[in-house]
Amino acid sequence: MFTELLGQHFVHTALLAGGVVAVLSGAIGTFVVTRGASFAVHAISELGFTGAAAALVLGFDPVIGMMGGSLLVGAVLGLLSLRGHERDSAIGAVLAFGLGLGVLFLSLYQGYATEATNLLFGSIVGVSDRQLAALVAVAAVVLCGIVAAYRPLLFSSIDPEVAQARGVPVRALSVLTFLLLALTTAEAIQVVGVLLVLTLVITPAAAAQRLTANPATAILVSIVIALVATEGGILLSLAQPWPTSFFISSISFAAYLGARVADRRLGVRFGDDAVG
Amino acid sequence: MSTDADPVVRAHRVSLRFGPRVLWDDLSFDLHRGEFMAVLGPNGTGKTSLVRILLGLLAPSAGTVSVTGRPPAAVRGEIGCVPQQRAFDRDAPVRGCDLVRLGLDGHRWGLGLHSRASDDRVSRALAAVGAAAYAELPVGRLSGGEQQRLRIAQALVSDPALLLADEPLLSLDLASQRTVVDLLDRRRHEAGTPVVFVTHDVNPILRVADRVLYLAPGRWAMGTPAEVLTTETLSRLYDTPVDVLRVRDRVVVVGTPDADGVHHHDHAPAGPG
Repeated sequence: MFTELLGQHFVHTALLAGGVVAVLSGAIGTFVVTRGASFAVHAISELGFTGAAAALVLGFDPVIGMMGGSLLVGAVLGLLSLRGHERDSAIGAVLAFGLGLGVLFLSLYQGYATEATNLLFGSIVGVSDRQLAALVAVAAVVLCGIVAAYRPLLFSSIDPEVAQARGVPVRALSVLTFLLLALTTAEAIQVVGVLLVLTLVITPAAAAQRLTANPATAILVSIVIALVATEGGILLSLAQPWPTSFFISSISFAAYLGARVADRRLGVRFGDDAVG
Repeated sequence: MSTDADPVVRAHRVSLRFGPRVLWDDLSFDLHRGEFMAVLGPNGTGKTSLVRILLGLLAPSAGTVSVTGRPPAAVRGEIGCVPQQRAFDRDAPVRGCDLVRLGLDGHRWGLGLHSRASDDRVSRALAAVGAAAYAELPVGRLSGGEQQRLRIAQALVSDPALLLADEPLLSLDLASQRTVVDLLDRRRHEAGTPVVFVTHDVNPILRVADRVLYLAPGRWAMGTPAEVLTTETLSRLYDTPVDVLRVRDRVVVVGTPDADGVHHHDHAPAGPG
């Protein structure tokens, strides 16, 4: 049964789509976690859901609606470049309202309820060849953006004050980060769903940062964890017909726990107690 | 083409106002190679604003500022900045050497694959501040003093024409304060890089400062530390009796309106409003 499924075209498509999304999520996650913007990922994702629900009601492609919703919120959050508590409460307020709208749109939508479930929890095995092509195209854009702006993105995420003093356009890069994040989120929603985007965007990056302080290595480790979680989750769901998203989030979480345990040992070497 | 005799910083009749509030008026000074200028004064007198003006991040309300003969914004990449010590996230994926390297090429586009030359510059900057031993450790797990050494290496690695330090001693122990001041002092003697050093406490920089710019609410005074840090000058500046005491090697200023650091009196010149 399992080997039979492995020969299926839709499984290949799922594995490819999952791989693309994992690479993107793992890469952008490091910048997002470093900025302390994990909560923003949730907001962008939920507003992506609102956009998709609106698209369903209006009768066009939910993926387009999702991109629209995510990009809109991403742009707003990037422009505001809020920090700390102010940002958290602003995001919370926007997120709650967006979800409320999404609920309204869903109640107005007369079509199949599975569409909504797929949005919330993901439907990796339902990815079509056309969707895969779109995923790859968007992924290429995001990765080019990250590579082209790598150093100033890192500088402005880690050390915004000095970056600004050195002439780095900190505000523009904040907008860029959130736009790249919005595109990544819209991609990840198609694999793991709105409610589980954090498992690919945040968890692998947070785990990686526990294992290495080298920024380039952290990004690579984050990508590897996201890849193992996604592909592993898809394969496990073929062997055991539980939701793919469950397996993906479990592997991702296991990596995070493992990294925390490993880090505790490394902490001794870093001389944690000497920190003044 | 500028020569060594030209000032590195030239401020000409600079004013800073926020609405009706005048922070300073008609501020002029030249800063030459090798000079160490301390900017003193209580909170809210525009010390950090002066740094931002020198970086071209803030436009003065009136007057002109030039750095190496050009508008500050055009020179930004040639100014080294040492900020306040701040807590890095414990897990921030950045090591000491990464922080220093960002000071060298963090403003450039692309991945920035390491070259022999850039590696050498980073290691030299780390060695110069005595931070080589912990260059590979996560910055978030270093002490405040260690982080500030890295900050100085980060500011020096690009071989700047001017060094701006904005309260770099805050929350450091006395030994680390001394190290930071000594490193900047050595740089200006060895390479001639002038230093603008913003601080609310004069004592750590008393032995190295050539000049003091004292900002008080609405007014300023400039001169050598011996000229400015006197009972007469500060009483005139604050427009209220202020005592400057010398206790052993330390200067203690008593009686400034903001002495308890809580309330601020704005002595803006009388005018409408």
